[in-house]
Amino acid sequence: MTAPASPAPPPPAPAPYRGAVERHPRRPLLPFDTGTDPDAVELTGPVFGPADVGEWDADLTRQHPGEPLGERITVTGRILDRAGRPVRGQLVEIWQANAAGRYTHRQDRHPAPLDPNFTGVGRCRTDDRGRYAFTTVRPGAYPLPDESSWRPAHIHFSFFGTAFTQRLVTQMYFPGDPLLPYDQILAAVRDPADRHRLVAAFDHALSLPAGPLAYRWDVVLDGPSATWTEEGR
Amino acid sequence: MPDTDDRGGSLAATPAQTIGPFFGHALPVPDGGRIAPEGHPDAVTVHGLVRDGAGVPVPDALLEFWQAGPDGSLAGAPGSLRRDPREQAPAPPERLTPRPPLGALLGRDGAVFTGFGRVPTDAGGRYAVRTLRPAAAGRSNAAPHLAVCVHARGLLHHLFTRVYFPEHTAAHATDPLLAQLPEERARTLLARPDGPGRYRFDVQLQQSADGAFEETVFLAFR
Repeated sequence: MTAPASPAPPPPAPAPYRGAVERHPRRPLLPFDTGTDPDAVELTGPVFGPADVGEWDADLTRQHPGEPLGERITVTGRILDRAGRPVRGQLVEIWQANAAGRYTHRQDRHPAPLDPNFTGVGRCRTDDRGRYAFTTVRPGAYPLPDESSWRPAHIHFSFFGTAFTQRLVTQMYFPGDPLLPYDQILAAVRDPADRHRLVAAFDHALSLPAGPLAYRWDVVLDGPSATWTEEGR
Repeated sequence: MPDTDDRGGSLAATPAQTIGPFFGHALPVPDGGRIAPEGHPDAVTVHGLVRDGAGVPVPDALLEFWQAGPDGSLAGAPGSLRRDPREQAPAPPERLTPRPPLGALLGRDGAVFTGFGRVPTDAGGRYAVRTLRPAAAGRSNAAPHLAVCVHARGLLHHLFTRVYFPEHTAAHATDPLLAQLPEERARTLLARPDGPGRYRFDVQLQQSADGAFEETVFLAFR
């Protein structure tokens, strides 16, 4: 019997992605207290109705005549504001690479196959409890074109809230992905607790036998505390 | 649910991540900048350039607009990101490119004022929206403006700014945001007249090293 292998040393922390440095403002953002302008446009937001979402939008595996390649998954969760109130009737949009790690985008030149039955674009509206749900395939990892690293599997998410100030664009990651500790873009979120908020939980109870594997990812939208809903002020 | 943080027991917000380079097949919609109803006699065009600190146009930005209507209403209307529920769009010419999904984006119907617009910049860093001039919302002393959210590859977090119109000089003097800015900073939030029914509004993401371009004022709401 050989001794169990010692745990692998922690990976070196990747240099956090800084983005395109010449695109970042040099000046601090101007704090604006919406209390001084309670009618600020930004305290409300666009409304979306059934006409903004199509019948097949939330199921990315049924948008084409054929079956896409890859592992079927569902991603579901609740959207709340910072006070814990559900964000209802708002648009959630996703986009992602296919199971091989390739986007349906003309500028993506990663030499992985395109899938004629998968576009990787979905949308839905949150229900009365603030829930959203998508059926899709697990996206593949892919290398960054100009870096020496691979990106972990991720799905891009866009959220509207009840206020324009709650607007959020972010990325959801998968639990247990070995690439997570090496990802520069995830590392751009400096607080480990904040990074943890971007990783979904595998939900075995939700995963149907022979059905898609289920992931749960809850989201909290920021915004001024003055933001009201029908339950507030 | 997510745990709470130390801000008065409120929930910790989910952090933002860069929009990345490949949102172009997912978020832009046909006629996404047509906020005004088709053929409306009072429609105006707001157009401009998004530039970085090196003075280089940004070809992969996405701008979103939200505003009050000409009557000051903030109700808006659904349908700004309308999809075609009927059938699949025709296949694009590139042989291996997957078709757009069933119910391809149709764009707005051109009949209602939705208050919301979404436009990507083109290869030259330019954008344009066609809208109705907003009125001041509510009864506050704020000047009419468009709210703008700027997304771009390489920005870790989207940026909020505002477009004010040059005609409202008196209202600008009492506007709670403009009033706290020195003149050269406030000027970055003012659209310039650019012909009949046209305004120019450039977004300067970063102060240029040579000082030629003043950085746009970006906002942190609280």
